[in-house]
Amino acid sequence: MISNLIAHLRTLLATLQRLLHTPAASFLNITIIGIALSLPVGGYVLLKSLQQLGGGLSSTPQISLYLAADTSASEVARIGEKLKQHAAIEHIDFISRSDALQHLQQASGLADVTGGLNRNPLPDAYIVQPKLNDAMALESLRDELNNWPHLEQVQLDSAWAHRLQALIRFGRWTVVILAALLSFALVAITFNTIRLQILTRREEIEVTKLIGANDSFIRRPFLYFGFIQGLFGGIAAWMIVSASTLLLNLALDDLALLYSSHISLASLSLADSFTLLGFSAYLGWLGAWFSVSQHLWQIEPR
Amino acid sequence: MIQFNQVYKRYPGGHEALRDLSFEITEGEMVYLTGHSGAGKSTLLKLIAAIERPTSGSVLVKGQNIRSIKREAIPALRRNIGLIFQDHKLLFDRSAFDNVMLPLQIGGFDHRESAKRARAALDKVGLLAREKANPISLSGGEQQRLCIARAIVNRPAILLADEPTGNLDSDYANEIMHIFKSFHQVGVTLILSTHDERVMQQFPSRALHLQQGELQGAAR
Repeated sequence: MISNLIAHLRTLLATLQRLLHTPAASFLNITIIGIALSLPVGGYVLLKSLQQLGGGLSSTPQISLYLAADTSASEVARIGEKLKQHAAIEHIDFISRSDALQHLQQASGLADVTGGLNRNPLPDAYIVQPKLNDAMALESLRDELNNWPHLEQVQLDSAWAHRLQALIRFGRWTVVILAALLSFALVAITFNTIRLQILTRREEIEVTKLIGANDSFIRRPFLYFGFIQGLFGGIAAWMIVSASTLLLNLALDDLALLYSSHISLASLSLADSFTLLGFSAYLGWLGAWFSVSQHLWQIEPR
Repeated sequence: MIQFNQVYKRYPGGHEALRDLSFEITEGEMVYLTGHSGAGKSTLLKLIAAIERPTSGSVLVKGQNIRSIKREAIPALRRNIGLIFQDHKLLFDRSAFDNVMLPLQIGGFDHRESAKRARAALDKVGLLAREKANPISLSGGEQQRLCIARAIVNRPAILLADEPTGNLDSDYANEIMHIFKSFHQVGVTLILSTHDERVMQQFPSRALHLQQGELQGAAR
């Protein structure tokens, strides 16, 4: 058991030595794997950030009604009554112009801007929760309300949240397809590396077979190599994504400062990182396994 | 130990390397395999080590029939056979010591115990002082002895040597034959292919003489 463990450790060490033996080739291989993996992982980070951005928004549809600035208080109340009695409306909320200003000051860090105003530019507003949820009903309700007097603007609030979600769904599929294709590339890269190794070590394989090595003994160093190369490729991808996120966040900070708000790219969580490393190491092992089972049996001593 | 029964070996293309071979080698015996090059000596050794399979007939090695042996059973068989090659088949990417360690690593032996045995084997062939040397820097005779050290390090029951004294002058040849003789004395079954008459006169033993793939004389 322990001698078995030591044998594995020795193979591991020998594998690392072999990687270091051809530093340029190893570096290039690992970098290629890293770049290939960083594309879907980067896409994943982007999606995660978008989702965080969109997460605070409700996707249940609402219609915002902005009243004209010159509407009298009694008109405002009358419109409220009319809305409450409307058959297609579930319930309504009233947001007065002073409430709206206060809310704006608190929420998006625009205090600097709003503080400089000498009068409130915001209108009174009703937030309408419709009974029906489908796009057709919502749009016809919006069109109907649009024709009412004193309503300056009628806005379907959920629309962009829906759009964002559709965009995220689209992005998710893009990432999945990208990940599948580039995983295949990783397997192919490892397959080829191992094939070359088997060819250059042909003599050694023949000799060890003559001395009585079984298949698993011969296979082991190659599988280790694929595993280690994949693992290092995963680490390279992690570093590429982390460094890019860091750089982009610096740039985003400037952007966010201009809007007095906080936007940033999500970073890879510990679980994400381990999944990435495990997955890339597994794919490297898989490529090596395919290569070994394809090529090793062809080498028999003569 | 080793038993051939009406063994034929035909290669694709029709060349018949061995024809109707029947003989037996008992445990602990030392046997010479003689004949011109192309007479089938190497083929015969390859059959014993399961590097090739007979076309017909049976080759029994320690009770196992090479003709029908399963692929997975071959490694275990080979670990019981020490092979000494004419071209040595040493690995030049590692030291002499690591070359001798290889069979023990394959066998999964404990490292410290293996190192001890590898040094003992190197000592036996007189190469302990060169353990760190790359085999490529060794002379022909030294490479041959290193190959022997590798073949004997896991104490196989059978030693097969293909022309072990082939390219060596008589001093070296004698040295190597003395090493073989000492294995014979501890009960190892030895099969040496050679056409070195001096060696056979100096260390007489039973000889199987092959001619065009057939066994000659009454040496069965």
